Amino acid sequence: MADTVIRTRRKQRAAPAQGRGRGGPRRPGRLPRAAVHHPWWFALPAIAVFTAFFLTPNLLNFFYPFTDWSSYHPGISFTGLDNFRTIADDGSLLRAIRTTLLYALLAALFQNGFGLVLALLLEDDTRFNRIFRAVFFLPVLISALATGYVFQALLDQDGAVNSVLGTDVPWLGSTTWTLVVVTVIHGWKWMGLAMLIYLAGLKGIPGDMLEAARMDGAGPWRTFWSVRRPMLAPAVTFNVTTALIGSMNTFDIVQATTGGGPAAATEVFNIYMFRIFGQGLYAQASAMSLVLFLIVVAIAIPLVIGLRRREQML
Amino acid sequence: MSGSPSLARPGPVWRYGRPALVLLLAGLAVGVPLWLVAVTSAKPQAEAIRPNLDPPRQWQPGSNYADAVSQGEMLRGFLNSLLVVVPSVVLVLILGAGAAWVFARRKSKLVSAAYALCISGLLLPPAVITIVMELRQLGLAGTRPGLIAVYTGMYLSTAVFFMTGFIRAIPAELEEAARMDGAKPARIFLRIILPLLRPVIATAAIMVMLYAWSDMFYAFFVLGGGDAATLPLNLYQVASAQLYLNNWHLVFAYVVVMSLPMVAVFLVGQRKIVSGITSGAVK
Repeated sequence: MADTVIRTRRKQRAAPAQGRGRGGPRRPGRLPRAAVHHPWWFALPAIAVFTAFFLTPNLLNFFYPFTDWSSYHPGISFTGLDNFRTIADDGSLLRAIRTTLLYALLAALFQNGFGLVLALLLEDDTRFNRIFRAVFFLPVLISALATGYVFQALLDQDGAVNSVLGTDVPWLGSTTWTLVVVTVIHGWKWMGLAMLIYLAGLKGIPGDMLEAARMDGAGPWRTFWSVRRPMLAPAVTFNVTTALIGSMNTFDIVQATTGGGPAAATEVFNIYMFRIFGQGLYAQASAMSLVLFLIVVAIAIPLVIGLRRREQML
Repeated sequence: MSGSPSLARPGPVWRYGRPALVLLLAGLAVGVPLWLVAVTSAKPQAEAIRPNLDPPRQWQPGSNYADAVSQGEMLRGFLNSLLVVVPSVVLVLILGAGAAWVFARRKSKLVSAAYALCISGLLLPPAVITIVMELRQLGLAGTRPGLIAVYTGMYLSTAVFFMTGFIRAIPAELEEAARMDGAKPARIFLRIILPLLRPVIATAAIMVMLYAWSDMFYAFFVLGGGDAATLPLNLYQVASAQLYLNNWHLVFAYVVVMSLPMVAVFLVGQRKIVSGITSGAVK
């Protein structure tokens, strides 16, 4: 690599904005090359905005849950664990945790199941398949809120599905099964994205590997199980991780189909926060938000570490 | 490798069964919901009270959309959405590209730490309740700049992540050549890096646009209705009144108007979206 010498003259122009130069001992009057060629001030606006509007609220979220911040009185004072005691005692904390985790698991399952089946069906690069890949990608483009309303109209007890089938099933009114129905809708909304990623994974499998399997007399199922499935592992890990973490932050689909009901059977964290915030109990909503944060961190960190380790092994 | 990889030994059943299955699935899973949206948005209110798959006996899409504009403030919502989404996307791309360049090219503990911090938003949920508190103190609650700031903060991580990966794959020699000719960092960034980033900028732009255009949750907390309400927030209000007003025909007119811009963006940028999404996921 060509060794570019940085003269003092040039450095002085970069120095005021750049501040301190890093990178070990250096002769006076010189900045490390990196500091001049890629100065920090290119990154600073992004870091500033991200810190101010993403990290700071998350830090504040470690303070407000321990106060009595609400719309009922102007001042804010410290109240210790009162908010956590309240949400634990009225059962909403455990219910939100259970509902959200179940939602995330089922949503990840459906999203990936649908996506994988579609990818296998539409694998060959024909014109027919390209058109239908776009068709199955359409739900990704429709907003989650709109998706929710469409399915509410379809699945209401006097909605379209029951009227076509001549049945009277309360699709959105069962305390047991409605959570499953809503996660199927979630899977429907995002299956196109999972499909694309699985298609890319399938394309990455070398053709001669499949050829070799065929020569050895492996049928389609055997080929899938012994060759394609292991080769798809990175795509699976990526899809499952993003689906799990993304669906813990779900709101729109649930709000538009059930609003958290029936009898709070689908009340995930964000629905609870939305409802309690609407009642003016800001600190209590913030407490729930903190619990969600901690749960996502507790799930995401092992997942990401596992992902990294597997990448290194491959 | 001869042509596309296909399933081993496709039998006749599979050869004809597969397209048939695809057609059936597409019809049931995508066709039925879209048909419901299309017909309901064209029905008069009385017909749409109980949404079903029957074609409208009376075809009146025009007056439904006109109602959505007059009763549901659709035009204002559309404008508000544009005024929030476009600046957010532009900010995310500009700030993200600058940061990604530094993160991709410099190697030190501090840079890695700053990079890790900046992409933490990929996993961490935004603290929506305290965002409201912070915006109130800054005087930004209920304003478009407030929502733009929140969206920019939320989606920067995605942009930084995709762009950093992309820049790392660009040979550093390109920059060095320009540097030899005396180009300063700002010039190198604008003339060399940004043009090369075009594909990943397209992908990131479309993804951020899609997320921000569809979002109702954060818009609700930041704007809480009012004059600055975006399209999804308007849809939520129209649909919440649904219980009393039985206005499914308006709800679906809204769904159509909200979805069409994103479908148009997809049709225009289809190839870039597909390659962008997949290259980020499976390396």
